[in-house]
Amino acid sequence: MALSKNEGGARRWIDDVLGVATLIGMVVALWLIFIYTPMELVQGAVQKVFYIHLASIWNAYLGFLIVFVVSILYLWRPSARKDRIARAWAEVGVVFTTITLVSGSIWAKPIWGTYWTWDARLTSTLILWIIYVVYLMLRGFVGDPERGRRYAAIVGIIGFIDVPIVHMSVRWWRTLHPDPIVATSEAALPASMWYTVLYCIVVFTVLALFLVRQRVHIDELRETLVDLRTTSS
Amino acid sequence: MADPGTDDVDTAVEVQGITKRYGAQAALDQVDLCLGCNERLAVLGPNGAGKTTLIAVLATLVRPSAGTLRVMGFDSADAPNEVRRRIGVVAHQTYLYEELSARENLLFYGRLYGMPDLEARVEMLLKLVDIYPRRHEQIANLSRGMQQRVALARALVHDPDVLLLDEPDTGLDQAHLDLLASLVQGRAIPARTVILTTHNLDRALELCGRVAVLAQGRLVYQAASAALDRAALRDAYHRLAGAAP
Amino acid sequence: MKLTLQQVLAIVQKDLMVEMRARDLLVLMLTFAVLSLVIFYLALDLWGPVVQRVGPGLLWMTITFAAMLGMGRTFVREYERGTLAGLLLAPIDRGALFISKLLANLIFLFIMEAVTLPMFALLFDLPVLNPAVMLATLLGTLGLAILGTMFSAMAAHSRAREALLPLLLLPTTVPIIIGAVQATSNAISGVADGPPWIGLLIAFDVIFLTLSYLLFEHAIEG
Repeated sequence: MALSKNEGGARRWIDDVLGVATLIGMVVALWLIFIYTPMELVQGAVQKVFYIHLASIWNAYLGFLIVFVVSILYLWRPSARKDRIARAWAEVGVVFTTITLVSGSIWAKPIWGTYWTWDARLTSTLILWIIYVVYLMLRGFVGDPERGRRYAAIVGIIGFIDVPIVHMSVRWWRTLHPDPIVATSEAALPASMWYTVLYCIVVFTVLALFLVRQRVHIDELRETLVDLRTTSS
Repeated sequence: MADPGTDDVDTAVEVQGITKRYGAQAALDQVDLCLGCNERLAVLGPNGAGKTTLIAVLATLVRPSAGTLRVMGFDSADAPNEVRRRIGVVAHQTYLYEELSARENLLFYGRLYGMPDLEARVEMLLKLVDIYPRRHEQIANLSRGMQQRVALARALVHDPDVLLLDEPDTGLDQAHLDLLASLVQGRAIPARTVILTTHNLDRALELCGRVAVLAQGRLVYQAASAALDRAALRDAYHRLAGAAP
Repeated sequence: MKLTLQQVLAIVQKDLMVEMRARDLLVLMLTFAVLSLVIFYLALDLWGPVVQRVGPGLLWMTITFAAMLGMGRTFVREYERGTLAGLLLAPIDRGALFISKLLANLIFLFIMEAVTLPMFALLFDLPVLNPAVMLATLLGTLGLAILGTMFSAMAAHSRAREALLPLLLLPTTVPIIIGAVQATSNAISGVADGPPWIGLLIAFDVIFLTLSYLLFEHAIEG
């Protein structure tokens, strides 16, 4: 499937804009995080990780929501393009879930005194991560690519519906055991911090869009290459 | 067009632009096929030509990547179960449960199709395929040829309009090859539409009114058997499929 | 509707008949269940109050793993012998096919549990043979069987066969495992309040029964 010149041109143009916007946005985000917002009195510098942490989990949930919707659309009317979009968003989701878990650990070590604790939110995020790693592995396990895409769509739907149920069960489970963590009050964040959080979420969304478009494009190129090889041999 | 499923449908199988891709490979490439009621078609082709995939698509077991299939007027995408009700399939695998006897297998499949008077029908079929004396033995204890005969009976248990036979001669001895011929040609049972695949050119010419050659997923040749002799078919096959049958 | 019911009954009856003659599935699950109870006891050196605390968890790990072993086999058996295609050729609604396979799996799992629960009560000296535990077992097993039936149909078509089943089933059934363990635990120690675990199990069962019923055709068809 060759791209027409015009289509390719429009695609390049959008990608360029997204790429530049992400770059500038990220630099501004760094300035906001490290210079504009005040230093948190109790937690100190490590609190800065919080902005990246929140924006990452936002991207992860956004990605998995899109996987869910596109999976439904795929089962309704299958197309290779829908599958590529779903897979790209799942990959972005898994990457940002990983960033969420890692940035959370970095924050937890000085604040809670441990990298990992079986807190409800941590546990359900870990399970979320596992479900979507399996989702990404699934296609490779199935011989017929069309069947693999269909199976991935099924897991994309079941997995997403499962997430709130998992979260609920883990939260109830934790209430039985005394929570080892001293809850930090998030009520009195200064306005500058909230603006920075919102700004980071927007920039990270643009970054996710950029990554997904690149990922889909690479997949398309790869498939064109395979097509060319088979027709020429 | 007449109402689907009624007796005045005159096209039994209608295939348009069926394509099945596995990744970049096309196992079937734009296959068109049209069979009238009670017509018999033999599909020839070397190994890997797509014969088994074609049967699997016609049987609704494999979803085509593109194209449409209609059986007795029913579209396989809109009314798959109506299509399934009307086709009987014999494939490489017998679809039989080894732990169950021939009779139990036929009764089970008959119930899946909701057949009335099932006991009598199963008894008739067991006699027809010459397995009646051993009807209570588990399938695992029967020879391959006997299993193949039970598989034939299984394909007929719901009295399908269309028979799809993927190399149905597997494991059959001479006497039962004659039985197969009488089933296919509608002498032992009422005539019906048949699509069968085979490697054997003689059998293709003998059993079917039409022959077709499948090569690399494409239907490259079709002709009426009456207009052909063995040498002509062999020649065409050789030229198109590029291999000796 | 009448035909669908007849088809479901035919398949369940067929599965039971095949298993009665082959017996490999139940023997496999039961041996595994008993064996893991023994191994858990030895590995964890369980005695005294520890048993009360970890017992319900061990029971559910045993049930979950034995169930996965059994459910994985049922579809691989049909797939490898080609009889799955025979079922798919029949004019049966794919949702009804799901229900048939689910029912057959449930019957096998309940038989396995009918042996495992008394065994557990005997070996671990915990009163699990009470109605509250039975209810939790019933609902938890249903949840395992629903997603187990769905995913084992997919696993049978994969290169990894049954090995894929735990990867799909374990993370998605976390609510079932937690819910069933906690409900069992509460029943044993007589705790009446706490989160509504039975409600969680019911909600999980209803949601995924509906979802699997709708999605099964995509999992099973070629």
